[in-house]
Amino acid sequence: MTARGDEHGLLSVRELRTHFPVRGAAILSRRRIVRAVDGISFDVGSGKIVSLVGESGSGKTTVGRSILRLVEPTSGAVTFDGTDLLALRSAELRAIRRRMQIIFQDPFASLNPRMSVGRIIAEGLKLHGIGRNAADRRARVAALLERVGLTADHMRRYPHEFSGGQRQRIGIARALAVEPDFVLADEPVSALDVSIQAQVLNLLQDLREDLGLTMIFIAHDLSVVEYLSDRVGVMYLGRLMEIADARDLYARPRHPYTEALLSAAPVPKPGARRDRIVLKGETPSPIDPPSGCVFRTRCPIAGPDCARVVPPLTQIGPAHQVACIKRS
Amino acid sequence: MTAPAQPPLLEVRDLRTEFRTDEGVVRAVDGVSFNLEAGRTLALVGESGSGKSVTSLSVMRLLPEGIGAITGGEIRIGGRDLVRLSERQMRRVRGDEIAMVFQEPMTSLTPVYTVGDQIAEAILTHDHTSRRAARRRAVELLETVGIPEPAVRARAYPHQLSGGMRQRVMIAIALSCNPKVLIADEPTTGLDVTIQAQILELMRRLQKETGMAILFITHDLGVVAEMADRVLVMYAGKVVEEAEVQALFDRPLMPYTQGLMNSIPTLGATVTGAAHPRLKAIRGSIPSPDNLPPGCAFHTRCDFALPGVCSNAPPALEPAGGGRLVRCARWRELDLASGSAA
Ligand SMILES: Nc1ncnc2c1ncn2[C@@H]1O[C@H](COP(=O)(O)OP(=O)(O)OP(=O)(O)O)[C@@H](O)[C@H]1O
Ligand SMILES: Nc1ncnc2c1ncn2[C@@H]1O[C@H](COP(=O)(O)OP(=O)(O)OP(=O)(O)O)[C@@H](O)[C@H]1O
Ligand SMILES: [Mg+2]
Ligand SMILES: [Mg+2]
Repeated sequence: MTARGDEHGLLSVRELRTHFPVRGAAILSRRRIVRAVDGISFDVGSGKIVSLVGESGSGKTTVGRSILRLVEPTSGAVTFDGTDLLALRSAELRAIRRRMQIIFQDPFASLNPRMSVGRIIAEGLKLHGIGRNAADRRARVAALLERVGLTADHMRRYPHEFSGGQRQRIGIARALAVEPDFVLADEPVSALDVSIQAQVLNLLQDLREDLGLTMIFIAHDLSVVEYLSDRVGVMYLGRLMEIADARDLYARPRHPYTEALLSAAPVPKPGARRDRIVLKGETPSPIDPPSGCVFRTRCPIAGPDCARVVPPLTQIGPAHQVACIKRS
Repeated sequence: MTAPAQPPLLEVRDLRTEFRTDEGVVRAVDGVSFNLEAGRTLALVGESGSGKSVTSLSVMRLLPEGIGAITGGEIRIGGRDLVRLSERQMRRVRGDEIAMVFQEPMTSLTPVYTVGDQIAEAILTHDHTSRRAARRRAVELLETVGIPEPAVRARAYPHQLSGGMRQRVMIAIALSCNPKVLIADEPTTGLDVTIQAQILELMRRLQKETGMAILFITHDLGVVAEMADRVLVMYAGKVVEEAEVQALFDRPLMPYTQGLMNSIPTLGATVTGAAHPRLKAIRGSIPSPDNLPPGCAFHTRCDFALPGVCSNAPPALEPAGGGRLVRCARWRELDLASGSAA
């Protein structure tokens, strides 16, 4: 294991900002915006899995979609294998999309119910001109289905004939079909039962070992990403609070928000949690975030300075950065 | 700790619930029994489709009319059998004696009324009091469930509140009639973990204050460990294991229970262990109730299944000592703690 995840960054994100206009707020003199992503920087090393974790609305999906240019970032830079993605025109973008694929959260909504599983998976192959002919593509689809733990004769069936976990496997096969260099997995196991979640996490673990997948894995929950991740970034209200090599983050969380998230996760040991940090209140609106540190309104250790200074993401260890003036 | 000697508030005996579907009649709940005593929390845990919600909807008599029906068993509360009550009698039981909190508060709140009015309405259907008194009580209840500025929030519409706040409103409505039994069906599923922690803490506090019994439905064993006194593990419409919470986690007797426990990633496992360990997943997926395998419904996914034994006769739910119950032909010979057959 290399200490730094960013030495051979396949993907690098710098000061990424994605703001959305608030609908129906034009009458107000000051234009109101949702600061969905507000200045995020990190790197994804080749063959590494970087997870982004944070609560609902913290901007995880928007980071992912901004990287793939599925939404237009407001400012910042995204470099993928030496190419500045934000400078690409649509034809160039289409070409590079073959190398960057997505796995979605909802395996029910993300598969076309009228298409057979074979066609769903072969679609990307056709789109990008992979495979010599239909027979060759069929052989590739069969191999993919087997790779994700299904069988070749599942090809002729339709999404509704599959369970949630099986549908997620189909979604993974579809993403892998075009042999991408990078995969964005946006909450791929959040809708699944624990036993099925474990199957899919194991499958991703195998794929990472066999294919050297580079991935951003988005999740709500720190426990889900631990086994899989090389690095973990914790987001809150459009910002990164902390990012570190996985083991380091779980062993030595430094940001009070990371500590609270770790402490809030229910542990399957009766009587284990009596000293929990229960955060007060709720995440403020990204339209009008708190001044200074965005976490300060819920932070158990916030002081007067926290309202004045936007804490920069500061290096506190070889591969460990934290955005907290009290902890860096 | 063993099961308490006090008489149960709610007693469910051999409950069977069926649905009429295009494919024929489906038995979603198949002979479920349990007791629930005052001040205690019984967790119903199992994977999606195992029959947890149908069990709770049956107790509330809220099954979709003409499609789902209780076809056997008893649901006893305060000396009456709810299965035999008329809809009118049942309306009094709901709220007065049992109340329910659902997973998606948005679908159970009316979008066009303020939350204060909705709580007041719930109070007025059960108490003979003035509208003004009901409104005042609604604000008090919002305060009880930890909503800041309750008088202001009472005038808000559901869509103006966050998911966590809406769940607090649902709890306020449930509490409005001081129920003896609260059924909470996945009350924190879909909420963020920090908000979940708040809601769980709230429920524990309210239980301590009121002494109500809670039937807590969840698929999350972490939440079970935190909330339950006793646990019922369901699989394919049947109870497969029942035990006090500590005993269950110390030593599950049913391979399915153990499989569920093994599937959960352990927070902090990589700190001392390997960097990228694999989880012990249960293979396959839960069969649908219209397509159950013969014998033990779990045998097709079970690492310990014996051909000719587990695939033949369905095992009975049998006492396993210390007030525990287990449904497994091999539980006596298995030592699940070490993962092998003794
Ligand atoms: N197209 C859009 N227009 C306006 N606001 C948006 C848009 N997309 C996202 N937002 C807002 O940006 C913020 C971040 O949303 P995002 O979906 O990225 O969060 P997330 O971390 O993925 O949350 P979740 O865990 O719920 O998926 C939220 O406040 C959201 O409402
Ligand atoms: N209205 C209905 N019509 C037909 N079948 C139904 C109906 N409602 C539930 N069922 C069936 O009853 C079984 C049990 O469903 P139930 O909703 O109780 O599961 P659950 O354990 O609550 O799952 P989840 O964790 O997904 O909420 C399922 O197989 C389901 O398909
Ligand atoms: Mg998202
Ligand atoms: Mg349910």
